[in-house]
Parts: sequence; C-alpha cells; structure tokens
Amino acid sequence: MDHMDPDLTEDPFTPRMDLPETERVVRMVEARTPAEATARTAEFERRAAEQPSTKREPLILNMGPHHPSTHGVLRLVTELDGEVVRDIHPVIGYLHTGIEKQCENKTYWQAITLVTRMDYLSPFFNIHAYTMSVERLLDLEVPARAQWLRVMISELNRITSHLVWLGTSGIELGALTVMFYTFRERDRALDLFEMVSGERMNNRYFQVGGCSDDVPPGFTDLLRRFVTEMPSRIDEYEGLLRKNPIWIERTRGIGVLSADELIDLGITGPALRAAGVDLDLRKARPYSGYEHFDFNVPVGTHGDAYDRFLMRLAEMRESVRIIEQCLDGMPEGPHIADDRKVVLPPRSELATSMESLIHHFKLVTEGFRVPEGEAYCAVESPRGEIGCYVVADGGPKPMRVHMRDASFVNLQALRPMAKGALLSDLVAMIGSLDNVMGGVDR
Amino acid sequence: MIVHEPFWLMLIKAALLAFVVITIFAYVMLAERKLLGRFQARYGPNRTGLMGLMQPLADVLKLVFKEDFTPRGANRVLFHIAPALVILTAVTGIALIPFGTTGEILGHEFNMYGTDLNVSVLVLFALAGIGFYGLILGGWASGNKYSLLGAARTAAQLVSYEVAMGLSIIGVVMISQSLSLVDIVHGQMTSVWYILLQPVGFLVFLVAAVAETNRVPFDLPEAESELVAGYLTEYAGLKFAMFAMAEYVNMIVLSGFGASLFLGGFDGPWLPGWIWLLLKIFVFLFGFIWLRATLPRLRYDQLMRFGWKVLLPIALVNLVVTAIVVGVFFQN
Repeated sequence: MDHMDPDLTEDPFTPRMDLPETERVVRMVEARTPAEATARTAEFERRAAEQPSTKREPLILNMGPHHPSTHGVLRLVTELDGEVVRDIHPVIGYLHTGIEKQCENKTYWQAITLVTRMDYLSPFFNIHAYTMSVERLLDLEVPARAQWLRVMISELNRITSHLVWLGTSGIELGALTVMFYTFRERDRALDLFEMVSGERMNNRYFQVGGCSDDVPPGFTDLLRRFVTEMPSRIDEYEGLLRKNPIWIERTRGIGVLSADELIDLGITGPALRAAGVDLDLRKARPYSGYEHFDFNVPVGTHGDAYDRFLMRLAEMRESVRIIEQCLDGMPEGPHIADDRKVVLPPRSELATSMESLIHHFKLVTEGFRVPEGEAYCAVESPRGEIGCYVVADGGPKPMRVHMRDASFVNLQALRPMAKGALLSDLVAMIGSLDNVMGGVDR
Repeated sequence: MIVHEPFWLMLIKAALLAFVVITIFAYVMLAERKLLGRFQARYGPNRTGLMGLMQPLADVLKLVFKEDFTPRGANRVLFHIAPALVILTAVTGIALIPFGTTGEILGHEFNMYGTDLNVSVLVLFALAGIGFYGLILGGWASGNKYSLLGAARTAAQLVSYEVAMGLSIIGVVMISQSLSLVDIVHGQMTSVWYILLQPVGFLVFLVAAVAETNRVPFDLPEAESELVAGYLTEYAGLKFAMFAMAEYVNMIVLSGFGASLFLGGFDGPWLPGWIWLLLKIFVFLFGFIWLRATLPRLRYDQLMRFGWKVLLPIALVNLVVTAIVVGVFFQN
C-alpha cells in the first residue's frame, strides 16, 4: 500500500516489469488532471489497439472507490483470472480529510471534535485515546466515576460498531435481513448516545479530565433495559447465521492468515484474536479502570472469517456483561477532574464567581496549555488498537496528533489474504476485516 | 375437451393474458417488498396510494422518465436486443400454463389457457433457455467488466441447473405419459397430485427453479455486493425495468409450471380452477420471497458443485427409480 507518486517524466506506457501487474496498471492510469487522464486513456487504448496481444491476459477489474461493498471508498485494483483473484492493489486516500493536520490548528479541546470523525463507527474510542494522551501529558488524574462512565459508554459503542459490522457483512454475503435486525438495536443504542452527548454520530462526550457531564436522569434505566434485552437479540442473529450452511460455507476457511503473519503485519483486534492470539489491551494493558471488570477475551482457533464472526458476537456478549457491571458498581463522585486550568467550571458558578468566569473565558478562547512532551496511549477499539500520539510544544495547540488507526493497519492483511481467492471471497474478506475508511484515510 | 376458438377470441385472450401477467408482475413486486419489509421488521412501501397499492405505478413512471443510456463501450445492437429477448421469452411462457379447462363468454366456448401444445413442457424449457441468452448477451454487450462477470456466472448457472431441472420433471412426464401441461393436470385430477408420487423430483425442481430465476441464494449473476449489479449494471430506465419484469414474470411462470406439474394445477374443490392455480402460484412466490429474506448467497463454485454433485445425481436416481416403477408396475 505504498504511496504512489506518478512520475510524469517517465513514459507511463512503458511497462515497469519490476512492479506487479496491478501496480503497473495503476501507474498507467493514475493522472493528476482530468485532461491528463483523458489523454492517457486515449493513448492506452490506441496502443492496445495497435498491438493486439495474443497471450492470455488477466482481467484488471477496478473495484471501487464507489462499489457497494468496499466499506466506503476503498479502491481495489484487482487482477482476475476468471473469478480467481491473482493480486490486488488497494488504493486509499479517497476519504482523506486531513484531520490530523487540522488538529494542529485547533486547541486541545477543539481537536476532540475532529478526532471523533476519524473512525466514525467508534467515535468514543477515538476520543478516549486522544484524551488519555493529553491527560498523560498534563499528568491529570481522571476521577473513578468518569473512568467508569467512559468504560460504560465505550462498551456500548463497541456493541453498536459490531452491530454495523454484522449487518453490513451480512449484506455482503447476501443475507439482507440481518442488517435490519442489527440496526433496530443500534438505533436504541444511538438514542442512549443522544441522551448523554446530544449527538447520534460523531459524539463528543469524553473531555480532557473526564466526561463532559454526568449521565442524564432516566439513562440508567434505559441502558439497563437495553442490556437485558441484548443477549436475546444476539441469539437471534446467531440463529439466522451461525448454523446456516450457506453462511458457514461462505466464511469457513476464508481469509486465513497464520498468527505469525498477522503479527508481522501488525493486525490487532478481533482479526488477530480469531487466529488464536490472546491480545486485548483491556487485559494486556488495562486502562480507564478495566482491571476492575470481570470479562473474558474470546479467542478463536482457525483465524478465518467465520471465527472473526464468532469473536465479534462473543465480544458483544462480553460488552453487555461489562456494561451490567458498570451499572451495578458505578462509583459516586465527580464526573470530571477538578482542575480549573483544564476543565470548564460548572455553569452554575459563572454567575457568582469572578474567578470561574475568567477561567471559562480563558479556556474557550485560548484553551489550556499543555507542557512540552509527547505521549502515546492506546485503547482496544472494536477493530483493534487505536492509539493516539500527541506531541505538545507547551502551547495551547498540539504540535502533532497522530492516530494509529486499527482499520488502516488491518487493511494490510487484505492483499496476502486475497491472493488466490475468488472474487466473492474478496468481498467476504473485506467484510470480515471490518475496515472503516474514515479511520484509514483520516 | 379442446374447443375450437375463433381467431378474434384468441387475440383477445392473448392480449388479456399479457395484460394480466404484467399487472400481476407489478403486484408480485409490491407483495415482495411488503413481505420483505415484514420479514425485516419494517413496513415496506405504504405511502403511494392506499396501503402503497399505487407503488408499482409510481415505479414504472419513474423508470419511464429515466434517461435511456447506452455506454460507450457497448455493442449497441445486442445491448438493445437483450432486454427484449428476455421479456419476450418470459411473457410467452404464460401462454402454456393452463388456468382451467373451458369457459364460456358471450356464447362462445373457449379454452382457459393460451395454447395447449403436445410438447408444452419442452417449449417452456426452450423459452427459459433462450431467456438466459438475453442475460448473457446483455451482460456481454454492456462493455463493462462487472456485466461480463455477471454474464459468465449466468452461463455457469444455466449449465448447472437446466440439466437437473429437466431430469427432475421427467418423472412426472413418465407417470402422466404426456408432455402437454393440460394432460398432466388432467392426469392429476383423475389420480393424485404428483407431489405425492414425485416428492424428490419436486424438491429438485424447487431448488432448480430458484436458480433458474436467479433468486437468492442463487442470485450470483446480479450479486449486488460483488458485481455491483452483474449483467444489469449498465441498464437503466425501461430496459432495466424489462429485466426486472422478466425476472418476476419468470417466477410467476415457473410457479405456475411447478403448480401444474406437481400440485395439481387448477385442480381443487369449491373454488374455480383459476383461483386455485393463482393460490398455488402465490404459495411458490411466498417461498421465493421467504428464501430471499433468510439466506445468504452461495459462491459461484459452490453453486456449480451443488448443481452437478448433489442435484444432478439426486435427479438421476429419482428418474431411474421412477422409470423402473412405472415400467414394471404400470405398463399399459
């Protein structure tokens, strides 16, 4: 997936034999301006017509960037022999929005809003990684209740993310109905998100120092009703798919890579655990109070698409357990740290305390300053390790924000998986890796 | 039993049949969307007219006003012929399905079917085979790689299923000693419905019929998540509508075919025969829709393996057993 910069001085039509076929094709058609694209296409067609080839040529199929099942705008230049995929060349960048760069022009707390929009299916995990890094730079202690709130909302987010994955990967394999069932439940979870953050997507709830507010009244009851119902709903999805012979046939043995290969590629999350590697940051490097919770990390054996499907279903059940424990044992206390240099003062104080008013004014205009340094904190997102690397230069704006996004890294596994598979399997593999292009391109 | 009809009556009948089947197609599509909605915990179309009953009209109007687009790389002649070929063969099939024996209108007796050929079973197969050409040619002529792959899959599916399907109904033909659908239904009226004598043949026919109509789980030629829309990718507007129409008309014809072969066709107590046939057709269609709501899609090679290694042997064994039983015990 190397970055390709078409060198305009070289003749684009002279085949570069050192490159694989798909990359050669990409080089040939990659153009910088529409005019150049037209000229190159015309030249390409003219040359093709001039020398009709007699040898058996592969079919180069350009899947994406707009294709129903490349999860957004992934483009795969696919070399086909019949329906057998001989090679693929993923091209990314169609959803590049420059979020990381934009963060450098925002204050620390404004950047949170941008960070949620990276991996749009797991906004809470993005902010969690970011705020944890900033908190480490500030050496700020997050109160216990805030940590538990974060865990609770994160696990709810994990469920919604897996529900989207289950629905879409069902559609990719032709099982249309699952998606409507999963989105029915997801919608209720989104209602809960709306209660805490006011937004159904790109939610901003975690702040540097804790959470922006305590959960509203009535939230706990609704959440408890949701988690008591959820296990039976998961049974329902399982009933549709788990023992379905066609589903098993389509996912068993698809996209298998050994644990060693996966580790070499840096794959994390359910895709890695399905291959038998017990790596979950919530257990391996507990953060935000995960050490207080009793939950299992499901681990698979085969590392195929079916195992990944089972992993994610099991993870949803574990998330339900964690949320229940959160609801039962939620500690009392403040929902955000009491550091007036970093945390906005409570609204009620603004009318009575001059000092609070000044703090509030300073925070929303200039923002807080973070001492010089760098920090990397990672959380276990639905797709694997999302880590945020923040470099501070002492000012109110970060010098650099970089996300180690799980989707981006996991996408690397697609090429070794896809070689020799069928076109239909390629779609199943993309689905089982669960990449979110917003996270890949950022 | 067969009455001679004046030519004008035949014309009226043909026009009526074509009109009825096209109307039924529109409402089968609506029924599918409604039922799918119910299967999927939602409502389905319910805004256009009373309970969404005008939805087909709205769909047609929308498609009529779409641009009739031909891609640059297409083979123009075949690209235009293909949808016509598909819809022609699909609608022709309905003429062979018997809705009853005879009826009377304005003092003229007439047959309750378009035509009764002594080879109508074979003709239906031929029509289905030609219809597949439409899909293959349409996919090939579009000049699109997805369409091409869809066309290739169509061809693979055709060879995997036509044989098993043909063999599955030869048992019925042996028992009834006729290739005419009217005679086959009459044979069932005098004895029992052939589903009791040919349960295995019926099952093979059902599976093959789903493959024949490119429905889930055998909808590989248009697998929208893999091939965008397969052979349909470059079609828009009315040509697209023709392909969709052909698919549903094929479903109706095949359901009528299956009902006539195995479920006694228009045979049934109390109600008029054509109502019985429509009811049986609807049972088949409901099955098609239910499958679509439940099952994922098979893979290309799995489908071929299933067709050749599972269905074909079953159909063959069924055929041989039937032949022996008929030959030994029921020799006339």
